[in-house]
Amino acid sequence: MQSGTTRTGAGSDGLGGRIRSALLTFVLILPAGAWYLVLLVAPLVIITIFSFGVRAKNGGYAPAFVLDNYGAILGDLDKAAPFTTSLSMAIAGTIGCLLVGLPLAYFIATRGGSRKGLFILLLVIPFWTSFLIRTYSWLIVLGPENLGGFVGDVIGDDSFRILGTPLAVLIGLVYGYLPLMVFPLYVTLERMDRTLVEASKDLGASRWATFRQVTLPIALPGLITGSILVFIPMMGEYVIPQILGYGRIYLVGNALVTDFLEARNWPAGSAKAVVLIAVMMFTVTFYTWFVNRGRRGREVSVL
Amino acid sequence: MTATTSPDAHQASTAARGAAARSSGGAEPDVEILDVTKRFGDVVAVDAMHLRIASGSFYSFLGPSGCGKTTTLRMIAGFEQPTAGEILLAGQPIAGVPPYKRNVNTVFQHYALFPHMDVAQNVGYGLRQRKVERTEEQRRVGEALALVRLDGYERRRTWEMSGGQQQRVALARALVNRPTVLLLDEPLGALDLKLRKEMQLELKALQREVGITFVYVTHDQEEALTMSDVIVVMREGRIQQQGGPTELYERPVNRFVADFIGTSNFIPATVVEFDAGTRVAVARTESGLVLRGRITDPEGSLAAGDSVTFATRPERLDVIAAEGAGDAPSGVVQVAGRVRQGTYLGDQTEYRVETEQVGELIVSHQNASGAEGATGVGPGDRVVVRWNEEANLVLAG
Repeated sequence: MQSGTTRTGAGSDGLGGRIRSALLTFVLILPAGAWYLVLLVAPLVIITIFSFGVRAKNGGYAPAFVLDNYGAILGDLDKAAPFTTSLSMAIAGTIGCLLVGLPLAYFIATRGGSRKGLFILLLVIPFWTSFLIRTYSWLIVLGPENLGGFVGDVIGDDSFRILGTPLAVLIGLVYGYLPLMVFPLYVTLERMDRTLVEASKDLGASRWATFRQVTLPIALPGLITGSILVFIPMMGEYVIPQILGYGRIYLVGNALVTDFLEARNWPAGSAKAVVLIAVMMFTVTFYTWFVNRGRRGREVSVL
Repeated sequence: MTATTSPDAHQASTAARGAAARSSGGAEPDVEILDVTKRFGDVVAVDAMHLRIASGSFYSFLGPSGCGKTTTLRMIAGFEQPTAGEILLAGQPIAGVPPYKRNVNTVFQHYALFPHMDVAQNVGYGLRQRKVERTEEQRRVGEALALVRLDGYERRRTWEMSGGQQQRVALARALVNRPTVLLLDEPLGALDLKLRKEMQLELKALQREVGITFVYVTHDQEEALTMSDVIVVMREGRIQQQGGPTELYERPVNRFVADFIGTSNFIPATVVEFDAGTRVAVARTESGLVLRGRITDPEGSLAAGDSVTFATRPERLDVIAAEGAGDAPSGVVQVAGRVRQGTYLGDQTEYRVETEQVGELIVSHQNASGAEGATGVGPGDRVVVRWNEEANLVLAG
């Protein structure tokens, strides 16, 4: 009897504790949860609803349930073009960031010595300037008086231009997003045990074989994080193609601006936005699966 | 087995290396370190080191940190290049040969197992670099794992294993390549004492089984004594002495070795007489005690007036209650003193005896006949300490 009472008492105490613990969890999650609900989930729901609507007479949205907006994107090659352009530019930009970022991160992590901090600082300093100003300054660098003209002279073609071409946009993309690739790579390479490289050489692997079989696989989590960090914003990029591509390189971002701000066709724009999200989710999922295949245990998480 | 080899002997044998040395069979050295010096800036890590490592034996480089033992190992592995001198591996000079082209493998201090590979992939890494066929790789990986008693662990992730198991994987990964020499860089340092002792015996047994030359770096004298055929004692980049465990313990050639390997009582004295034939020195301490003993360094020579150090091992000393001790028989040294401290250590009791004639002496008494011991002495008691003259090791300086 005595022990029974005690147990009941302890039980109710435990229940109270659990309620308090649940309450605390709720309070802790509340700010972030509300943020995501209001600024991420709600807009997603809204554009999904809008994407099935029709354009109101004076622009904007009128309720309806039609599939025309999606039909237009999937049925009309011209309307699908921004997606393929965006996808190819983002993929090329990600590869560009990798080609520049991997050697750079490797250099800083392994050869930086006591100057690691300085190198990282040098990488960050440009970002204290506004993104717009930096992008505009590329107009000068790539312009006909400078790099564009110089390359034109070298190849003997006076009409050669860089600005307004996909190359200019690509250069702008790689420049703009490079640090997002370098930082995660740097962190994984810096954390890596350097004796693993010695062990590999000791076991008969040359420098390149060691890089391929040891360094790269160990840096993979950083590489995946970096790729995703640069790929996603590149898919939605608007400013760089507008400035360096003279608007001639028409990406999804540009198409969205046209739909929402110029044509004021919100449902058409919403449908494009939904398709963009779908394309990104598919690409990132496929990419993560692809690089993780054959790796057991320590999976590399996307987020 | 002396502290230094004469340069002439070295040059002669270097010249003789080649056909003659090759045909002599198993006795030829696997590694020859010929007058190798390594400097890092102004710091001399290894100073004119000269050493031959005999094939199929277990060598240990023993010394305090910074004595150049790890640097020497890294030069053999190819991670460091000598500033001067030459290293030969199986008779061939290896200057400029990168690590991945040397038939040498290393077991690293913290194992350095590849975290993104399972056990079998780790062990097979070296074989894959040499394009060994897949089935052959599997077979040899299986053999190597069986050798270190890890059969059945092929698909395990290395970071799920205990320190001792990781150690074995590292061993298997190195041995599977059948290197000319296996280098081990304090591989047991991260293990706890009991496991370390087990692994020491296991390593020694493994070395006998595979017959590969092991070069082992350690700062732990007990570890070196347990496993080695030859111990190379190093200090400040120089070899102090090399020899078997018994030789190093029984006949250390200088004070550093006598102090680093085991414990010693040191008594400074001045030589009165030295017989070059019997190599026996008679010396007098400041207090007037006359000691006789044989000089340990076979190349050392003494003259009257030289200062020397007499070293004795604590277990060679006896402590007896002063009352009724009487006079010492001839050939036995006897000094009077008072027990300052007696520490019971289970298998033995260690006494610290303060003497007027030679300062403090450490006496180690084996408790072979029971706990409280047969000495019957304790702190504060007046005692005499006795030892046979033969226990005296005479060290120059």
